[in-house]
Amino acid sequence: MSIATTLTQVPVVVDEGKCIAEKGCTVCVDVCPLDVLAIDMLTKKAFMKFDECWYCLPCETDCPTGAVHVSIPYLLR
Amino acid sequence: MKRIDLEFDLVVIGGGTGGPMAAVKAKEQNPQLKVLLIDKAHVKRSGAISMGMDGLNNAVIPGHATPEQYVKEITIANDGIVDQEAVMAYAANSFDMIQELDRWGVKFEKDETGDYAVRKVHHLGSYVLPMPEGHHMKKILYRQLKRARVEITNRVVVTRLLTGASGEVVGVMGFDCRTADFYVIRCKAAVICTGAAGRIGLPASGYLMGTYENPTNCGDGHAMAFHAGADLANLECFQINPLIKDYNGPACAYVTGPFGGFTANSKGERFIECDYWSGQMMMEFYNELEGGNGPVFLKLDHLAEETIGEIEHILHTNERPSRGRFHEKRGNDYRKQMIEMHISEIGFCSGHSASGIWTNARGETSVPGLYAAGDCASVPHNYMLGAFVYGRLCGQSAAAYCADTAKGRVDDGAIAAEQARIRAPLERSDGLTPFQIEYKTRRLVNDYLQPPKITRKYEIGLRRFDEVREDAEAMVATNPHELMRAMEAHSILDCAEMAARASLFRTESRWGLYHYNVDHPDRDDANWFCHTLLSKDAEGRMQMRKKDVEPYLVAIDEEERNAYQRLRVARSAEAA
Repeated sequence: MSIATTLTQVPVVVDEGKCIAEKGCTVCVDVCPLDVLAIDMLTKKAFMKFDECWYCLPCETDCPTGAVHVSIPYLLR
Repeated sequence: MKRIDLEFDLVVIGGGTGGPMAAVKAKEQNPQLKVLLIDKAHVKRSGAISMGMDGLNNAVIPGHATPEQYVKEITIANDGIVDQEAVMAYAANSFDMIQELDRWGVKFEKDETGDYAVRKVHHLGSYVLPMPEGHHMKKILYRQLKRARVEITNRVVVTRLLTGASGEVVGVMGFDCRTADFYVIRCKAAVICTGAAGRIGLPASGYLMGTYENPTNCGDGHAMAFHAGADLANLECFQINPLIKDYNGPACAYVTGPFGGFTANSKGERFIECDYWSGQMMMEFYNELEGGNGPVFLKLDHLAEETIGEIEHILHTNERPSRGRFHEKRGNDYRKQMIEMHISEIGFCSGHSASGIWTNARGETSVPGLYAAGDCASVPHNYMLGAFVYGRLCGQSAAAYCADTAKGRVDDGAIAAEQARIRAPLERSDGLTPFQIEYKTRRLVNDYLQPPKITRKYEIGLRRFDEVREDAEAMVATNPHELMRAMEAHSILDCAEMAARASLFRTESRWGLYHYNVDHPDRDDANWFCHTLLSKDAEGRMQMRKKDVEPYLVAIDEEERNAYQRLRVARSAEAA
């Protein structure tokens, strides 16, 4: 293998105290146009898996518990 | 990689704006028709209007504008190179579509008498209708899709069309971006509504998805149309957008214009007479940026508090609501300072410009059974309302076509080849990542294709694209999501090459900055008052040809013809 993982600070942050993904909620994952959110199999909470954000906000707007916050990606800020 | 086979009459590719409308209208015309709407995202929040839209930019409403006037305006703004019949088909159906959307629950701004509150932004006529509550657009479309019983498949990336013995559409192919399952969908007709090719160039921030357009709109439709043998029109007429610098989203001088806002230079002076986008407007913008009077700004700081409050409400709740968040972090306040603007990287987008998959006034492409609507099709300056109108035309045309057409035979060889092409990156354990291929392609586009266009640079660019194409054969994807990015990288490469080939073909300058060719700086009507068409030759390479401009339905007189050439604010000489 000659492939490295480069770490970045992602723009979408999920408040795990508010996220109800363990109850079967996948709203943020469903609405993301770029399909960059996922449910962590261990914590059972939503998280940003790929740093490919259009800062468009459906994930934050549609979250039923207000758990998702989108920042402008650092490179643009 | 499981194979899933489906059968429909009509497949609509892309569930953003024009796509849902095409699907609904096809079902309304023939409720027995089996219609599938397919999207690589989720139809509830996909496409350019994912978070709604702040207004109509091209409403042709009786009492404010006539279809003839609109056709004239777009002909002039587009330097004469338009199929007026296609523009007229939009204009004549514009008001009817507004009324239908109104009945569906879309809230347009109205005055105290209940009439639509149309504003003037264009150079000649009045066509702008604000939608301060336009954030609910996608919900309204989704309700109509459910009502019409359109079947929906989300998260499937369509990559290629299948064509039959006479070149007609017989199916579509793609894969699921979460499972990598391979889809073969037999059908009689398809409508491409995949939006702009907005991921060809690299934003100045270097952030790959920090594009003006929704980055899902990466030119998949343009690429699949090309590979299916369709003509693409006027691709050298790029789209370049004025925008909020770094945020790379719309500053919306259109929206603020009627409130008294305007685009200003560093001295706070107005330098263009009209904020409506045209190549000439973008040229003036570019000249001001580069000519010592830059940067360019959106100026609102002279407006009253209640006006600014209203503008903030429109701009920060619609279309790109994270604008407000960006300004906050930067310390930008419309009341206190001007907002720095810039111009975008290049793209194809007929919504604002004029290039795309060639279609006529019925939404038909040059491939039988294939239709296209919205930003990916060639009808110029179509915006959201044009996507709806042409979505409807395509849905109706396709439904009629399906009624008279039997399902064609699919070519198993073509299916096997596409399955192998899609599967390849997943089967490699080592190689280049889709990110690397995409980044390099888009960086080369900025280096060599961004106007001003220079022949020598374009030739170098084409050579470098060939190298990246070879490298792309070594792309590796470790999961289905990366596979989606890998397939998109192929589309982006195709679009980059199309942009270069079309630009090299038209040896004149036209459309202001969009096709400002340094080696041929003048407009040459004698040789180039024509469309250009790009298509696939017998060897699968890109070929170019000219197409005559169709006879005008609405005559343009000499005085009007140059209206958009006179955009710069005239300054009288100051006394010494």
